[in-house]
Amino acid sequence: MSGNQHTERRVRPQAPGRLKHYMTVVLVLLLLWGSAVQTESTLSELIEGLPNVLDLIRQMFPPKWSYVRHITDAMLDTIRMALLGTTIGAIAALPVAVLSASNLTRTRWIYMPVRFLLNLVRTIPDLLMAAIFVAIFGLGPLPGIFALAVFSFGLIAKLTYEALETIDRGPLEAMTAVGANYLQLIAYSVIPQIQAHFASYVLYTFEINVRAAAILGLVGAGGIGLYYEVTLGYLEYNKTSVIILFTLAIVLIIDYLSSKLREKLL
Amino acid sequence: MIELKNVSKTYANGTKGLNRISLSVDKGEFVVIVGLSGAGKSTLLRSINRLHDITEGEIIIDGSSITRASGKRLRRIRRDIGMIFQSFNLVKRTTVLRNVLAGRVGYHPTWRTILGLFPKPDQELAFQALERVNIVEKAYTRADELSGGQQQRVAIARVLAQEAKIILADEPVASLDPLTTKQVMDDLKRINQDLGITTIVNLHFIDPARQYATRIIGLRAGEVVFDGPVEDATDEKFSEIYGRPLRQDEMLEEHAI
Repeated sequence: MSGNQHTERRVRPQAPGRLKHYMTVVLVLLLLWGSAVQTESTLSELIEGLPNVLDLIRQMFPPKWSYVRHITDAMLDTIRMALLGTTIGAIAALPVAVLSASNLTRTRWIYMPVRFLLNLVRTIPDLLMAAIFVAIFGLGPLPGIFALAVFSFGLIAKLTYEALETIDRGPLEAMTAVGANYLQLIAYSVIPQIQAHFASYVLYTFEINVRAAAILGLVGAGGIGLYYEVTLGYLEYNKTSVIILFTLAIVLIIDYLSSKLREKLL
Repeated sequence: MIELKNVSKTYANGTKGLNRISLSVDKGEFVVIVGLSGAGKSTLLRSINRLHDITEGEIIIDGSSITRASGKRLRRIRRDIGMIFQSFNLVKRTTVLRNVLAGRVGYHPTWRTILGLFPKPDQELAFQALERVNIVEKAYTRADELSGGQQQRVAIARVLAQEAKIILADEPVASLDPLTTKQVMDDLKRINQDLGITTIVNLHFIDPARQYATRIIGLRAGEVVFDGPVEDATDEKFSEIYGRPLRQDEMLEEHAI
C-alpha cells in the first residue's frame, strides 16, 4: 500500500484521555443523587403518584367549555397587564439604556453603576416582585402591572444598551458638527439607528410578559392566575383545563403575531 | 475668516498629530489640503470645528475662539461650520429630507426639533438645498437606498440647509468612483462660488486638488510644508509634500475628468 510510507514517517496522535468526561458524568450523577436525597424525592414516589396524575387528567376531560365566558374578562385583564407593564418598562428603559452604553455615556463611573443596577433588577424573579408589590399596593392588577414593568425595564434596557453599543458613530459625529446638543444628538443620530431593534425587544418582552402575567394571579396580582387557584381549590379540574387551554391558545397567537411583526422590523 | 495660531496636537501616546501650525483662511477661499495619509489632514480639519481638541494654540472662527468656547457658544460656532465626511455619515434608516432637516437643529429649541416640528421656511430651505445638488426627487427615499454619490450630495444638502458659512470636507470623494467624484467636487465648487462659502477640502489625489483649489496647503508629518496658490504647486512641490517622487496613480483621474 502506498500509505505505508506515510504511516511510518508521521506519528499518529494519541486519542485524548476520556477521564475528564467520565469524571463529569460521575459528578453530575452525584449532584442529582444528592439533590434527590436532600429533597426526599424518590422515583417510587413518582410511580406511586402516577395513578393520581392519570386521575387528574381524567377529571380535566372533557373541559367545561362554557367556563370560557367567565374567564374572558380575566384573560383580557392579563393581556392588558402585560401591555401596560411592557409599555411602562420600555419607556423607563430607554434613558437608562443610553446611560449604560459606554459609547454614549463616556464616564465609567456612571455607566458601570447603572449596569450593576440593571443586573440587580433582572435577578429578582417576577413572581417575587409581584408578591412584594401586592404587599405594598394590595390585591389586584396594579401590583402585577408594576412587577411586569420592573421586569420589562430590566430586560429591555439590557438588550437596548447592547444594541446601542454597536451603532455607527458617523451620524453622531455629523450631528455634533451640525451643532446639535445632547438630546438632539440622541434624537437624530441614535434613535433612528436602534428604533427597529428597540421595537423588536419590546414585542419580545410583551410575549414573555403575557406568559408571566398568566401566573401572577397566584400571588393575588390580578389576571387569569387567580382562577387557577380558585378552580384547583374547589377541585373543579374540568374548569382548570379550560383555563390552561385558553391561556395556551392566547399565548400561541400572541407569540405568532409578535414574531411575524419582529421579522418585518429587522 | 479662520485663524489658526500656533496650533499643536499631541496624542495621549505622545505622537504629534499637528505641529505648530499657523495659517488663516479668508472668506470665500477654496482651499485644498493635500498630504499622505497620516500627515494630519483629517486632524487639522477636525480641529477647526473641534471634533478633535487641540493641545496647544488657538483657533479663531470669525473673531470668536472655538478653542475656548463650550456649551451653547461652542454649538453656536459649530452651527456655522458644515462638515462633509468620507463615509457620508447620514442616518441610513431615515429619509433624505429628514437627514437634510437635521442640519437645522441648531436653530430651534430642543423640544421642537425632537418632535420634528420644523417651520415652513426650514422645509423650503431643505428642498432648495436638495434642488441645488440635483437630488430633490429623492426627498422621501430612505438614505440607504441611494448610491454613494447620491448620499454625498445629500450630505452637501444638509450643510446647505445648515446655512453654514464654512464647509469642511474630509476626503469627500475617497469612496466614490471618478465620475461621481467630479459631480461632488463640481457641487462643492459651485456652492463655493455661488454662495461665497469658505471651503476647505482634504484630498489625497493631486489632479482634483489642482483643478478645484484656489489655494493648496501641503501637510507632512503634522507640519505645513507648502502653502500657496495652485500655480505654485508644481510637481516638484508635490514631491516635497509627499517626501518622494510622484507616482502615476496619485495623479489619477486625468482621463476620467
